[in-house]
Amino acid sequence: MGKLAVRFTHSLVEGVQIALSALLSNKTRSLLTTLGIIIGVVTVSLMMMIIQGLNRSFAKQIGFLGSRTVYVERHPWIWDDDWWRYINRPRLTMEHYEAILKHSRLAEAVAPQLWTRRPMTFRDNSLEGVGVLGTNYEMTIAGNFVPEFGRFLSDTDVRSGRRVCVIGKDIQKELFGTFSPIGRYLRIGAHNYRVVGILEEKGSTFGQSLDNFVMIPITTFIGTYGRHRSVEIAVKAKDGVQLEDLIDELTGIMRRARNLRPKDDNNFSINQQSALESFYKTMTAGIYGAGLVIGGISLLVGGIGIMNIMLVSVTERTWEIGMRKAVGAKTGHIMWQFLVEAMIICMVGGVLGVGLAALASLAIKTQLPTSLPTWLAFAAVIFSAVVGLIFGLFPAAKAARLDPIVALRQE
Amino acid sequence: MSTLIRLKGITKVYEIGRFKVPALRGIDLTIERGEYLAIMGPSGSGKSTLMNIIGCLDTPTAGVYHLSGEEVQEMTDNELADIRNRRIGFVFQTFNLLPRANAFHNVELPLIYAGMSRAERRKRTSEALERVGLADRMHHKPNELSGGQRQRVAVARALVNQPSLLLADEPTGNLDSRTSYEIMELFKQLHEQGNTIVLVTHEEDIAGYAHRVVRLLDGMVHSDQRQTPRSGENGGFAHKPFEDEEQTPPAAAAGA
Repeated sequence: MGKLAVRFTHSLVEGVQIALSALLSNKTRSLLTTLGIIIGVVTVSLMMMIIQGLNRSFAKQIGFLGSRTVYVERHPWIWDDDWWRYINRPRLTMEHYEAILKHSRLAEAVAPQLWTRRPMTFRDNSLEGVGVLGTNYEMTIAGNFVPEFGRFLSDTDVRSGRRVCVIGKDIQKELFGTFSPIGRYLRIGAHNYRVVGILEEKGSTFGQSLDNFVMIPITTFIGTYGRHRSVEIAVKAKDGVQLEDLIDELTGIMRRARNLRPKDDNNFSINQQSALESFYKTMTAGIYGAGLVIGGISLLVGGIGIMNIMLVSVTERTWEIGMRKAVGAKTGHIMWQFLVEAMIICMVGGVLGVGLAALASLAIKTQLPTSLPTWLAFAAVIFSAVVGLIFGLFPAAKAARLDPIVALRQE
Repeated sequence: MSTLIRLKGITKVYEIGRFKVPALRGIDLTIERGEYLAIMGPSGSGKSTLMNIIGCLDTPTAGVYHLSGEEVQEMTDNELADIRNRRIGFVFQTFNLLPRANAFHNVELPLIYAGMSRAERRKRTSEALERVGLADRMHHKPNELSGGQRQRVAVARALVNQPSLLLADEPTGNLDSRTSYEIMELFKQLHEQGNTIVLVTHEEDIAGYAHRVVRLLDGMVHSDQRQTPRSGENGGFAHKPFEDEEQTPPAAAAGA
């Protein structure tokens, strides 16, 4: 039994050597044959890498929302088919904020948000339509805002309704330039606000800057701009609390605050980062599927190409097959030789394809965070071998079945 | 036993569409070990078919073929392949060498199919190439060898697995007369070393080197005669013909 195993491995190795020498002897043809596989592998790899890069980029970009923070708002972030229901919802008010603040046990921080846009000026510089956010101290926890210089809004600011502001990095760069903004007065709309802090840079998300706004105390906001807008309430969960539990608690509080009956639907939304992720994933599932299909078709085309070329090769080498049989090659020997040739061509194509894809990933890296995962490299090579096996079967069988006498007659 | 080949009533009928073409019509032939035999006949006489059957490339429609006492006419393809590998050595008219492999790899091919180890293969291949005088050309490819050298590589390949029978089909058909002579001298030497040789040819000159000539006509044995083999037209040369092909003949023998 052991001897049989030795002979088997031996003929395996010999088969590979015979196939290799046959392939190396005609490098041009072998390379052209494998082109289809290379293209297929590069296509699938590129699509996988791009999708992976998009996923990572997306995750990074929505990271600013905070994975432990939920947002109680009037509308959901993602509108589905029932959008007509959302239109008529009543707005959220400061009373709802206070209800949550009073009744929630699972929240670490609760921060109200009111938004508008105003032009801003400092000395000779001005900006149009900058975001103005009215909020309070809790926002630094709930929204992960950290002052780089100076301080954040304080409780006193809010209680007294002071005209102070905390500015984003963009405002500092574009309006103040080299001046230190702290202590200076920024004109927002029709009023002057004293700058008490500058926020850490957050970067941008989906092309929009996150540093292009200023924060003022919410009381000041209401006093200056009115209370007719809908409030957004950011709630951060305590450590160890599941987001689902927090959402349940907040839903309960809001329903009571709005006097909803048990059979009534919610007329508010509680949004979280993971909802965006799910939405994104369903969107990209289509792209993913398309990528796999395109890649699959490329490999199929490549495989058919392999089969064709191998068939031509068998025809051209008919006399050689006849000679091999005459000196003692059995059906299995010939079959194995051509199968291995097909598999090797395809595997080389797979490796080259992976190499090209790796090069391409260097180019993609400039736009998207991505890299060629190792599992993909292995999968590509193994899959190529399988393609070679499947599409090499027919030509190999044809070669193995040749009658040696007939074959030897070929020129 | 000393009888290598015993053919009794060997018949081969080819079916082409509705027609049955009889190529061999009852051949009886016995060949002893160590014989040097030529099979001759005009085209259509069936000599190629007979050669294919003797060489186990084909099986007869009817009749019995004993090779070394073993019946082979009903063996499977793989069994026949095994016999061709171990017991028969083929030499073709067109050499049939792998063009992109060197002489060494060409000669070792049957040993690879025999499942031999690399070390053993190297030993036997070197020995075979030495026997035909090509030890120094082991790593040359066929296109780097002359016609005569290529045929010698083919002979080495035929011998490498130490077969009982050497089967040559028009071995000098693609060679000039001087190289033909060298090959026939090689066969003579191999026969003197104890090999059994069956030569298939339509050339009287070549058949003259054999010790026995079997003539076929219309698929049957027409005559079967022993003869004195010729010694070659350049029998006066002192040196071995394939040691130094560039050497010009000594002036003394010019008039022989």
